[in-house]
Amino acid sequence: MPAPVLCQSCGAGRAALRRPKTGQALCRECFVAAFEAEVHGTIVAARLFQPGETVAVGASGGKDSTVLAHLLRLLNQRHGYGLRLLLLSVDEGIAGYRDDSLDAVRRNRGRLGLPLHVVSYRELYGWSMDRIARHVGPKNNCTFCGVFRRQALDRGAALLGADKIATGHNADDVAETVLMNFLRGDVGRLRRCAGILTGSEGALPRCKPLKHAYEKEIVLYAYFQGLDYFSTECVYAPNAYRGHARTLLKDLEAIRPSAVADLVHSGERLAVREDVRMPTQGTCQRCGYLSSQPLCKACVLLEGLNRGLPRLGIGKPSRMQKVLTDAEKPEVGFREDSQQASRAIRTVDF
Amino acid sequence: MAAPLSIQLEFGGGAELLFDGIRKHQVTLPSQPEPWDIRSLLAWIKENLLKERPELFVQGDTVRPGILVLINEADWELMGELDYQLQDQDNVVFISTLHGG
Ligand SMILES: [Zn+2]
Ligand SMILES: [Zn+2]
Ligand SMILES: [Zn+2]
Repeated sequence: MPAPVLCQSCGAGRAALRRPKTGQALCRECFVAAFEAEVHGTIVAARLFQPGETVAVGASGGKDSTVLAHLLRLLNQRHGYGLRLLLLSVDEGIAGYRDDSLDAVRRNRGRLGLPLHVVSYRELYGWSMDRIARHVGPKNNCTFCGVFRRQALDRGAALLGADKIATGHNADDVAETVLMNFLRGDVGRLRRCAGILTGSEGALPRCKPLKHAYEKEIVLYAYFQGLDYFSTECVYAPNAYRGHARTLLKDLEAIRPSAVADLVHSGERLAVREDVRMPTQGTCQRCGYLSSQPLCKACVLLEGLNRGLPRLGIGKPSRMQKVLTDAEKPEVGFREDSQQASRAIRTVDF
Repeated sequence: MAAPLSIQLEFGGGAELLFDGIRKHQVTLPSQPEPWDIRSLLAWIKENLLKERPELFVQGDTVRPGILVLINEADWELMGELDYQLQDQDNVVFISTLHGG
């Protein structure tokens, strides 16, 4: 039996993990202390919060948001950030899956003593995910799920009078998104996705305090601290492209653990040439949400659902925008146009 | 001959879903000519415990990247990974990091 490895920080405890970023072997206590100190360091260095702010923590019941809520409550007390923290959950209306994950959020609410608010797709959009899935079929519903979820957090947080939204995105998530946007040549998103604090005009600012935290460390932190989280896959087919990017990243990380941090760093340091045209950000004509098109993606998808043309919003943006903004004027001619559009639409580019 | 070993296996973070949703398994590994190590344990799990989609748990002779392994509460990276020789009453935990955030 090999002799136990000793902690390289205190020299006394038995090492419990090897840190992926540094290769350092730490005991449980030293790791927990270092992990908390690093997240605090990220928050301070990026000036994520101001005293007196109300921060809505997006709480899905999964590992990342569970660790985030736990840490923000702890660090807010320990370092006197002066924040009012709220848990905000989105109920997509997915029988079984979301009921169970909301139970996990409720258990954590009890443990953390933070107020919890739940906003549902049904009340925000008039449609639950289960009902949307029955209309659009199994292949496209993650487009709806993702677009609606993003706006639901914003709308919910605005209803609660929050100043800011904090989400549980970790270093692996950011690296994955950098990789995907790079592979797709999506310069606009590539520039934004690595930012730690985004959005200002119109939408609530969003921040990612766990941006530099490795998934491995988040999961081990939750395990060592006995945090309770929910880990069932969404019943609706996950985004296949992201799944491949994730596998690629995990394979790279197995060979070279710094790959995750390196990709995050690349995303931060990539400069976009001056003469590259970036999409201009405006606001949606209908709901006022940030959008580079006359209508935001959620309004287009919703319009499609309500008009019985659920596939309308899936596909080329220019085409569906034209259909819908034309339709804002006369009712005549809309039907023909939109039917053509829905026939022409095949791809999911999201 | 290595004597039979009684060990505890634990699956979490979503990995338990590949094992009928059962997190803790008390198992007895039969005696065999070679000592039991993590490599042979994984082969045994694949044969005897895995209920579905083995490719989501094992890849080649090791675990799928993104599944963490703890041996007696310590990261297997500190314990020799696949070559760690199991002892009677060991506790091995597998935690998936690949399930929803
Ligand atoms: Zn230590
Ligand atoms: Zn989904
Ligand atoms: Zn809109």
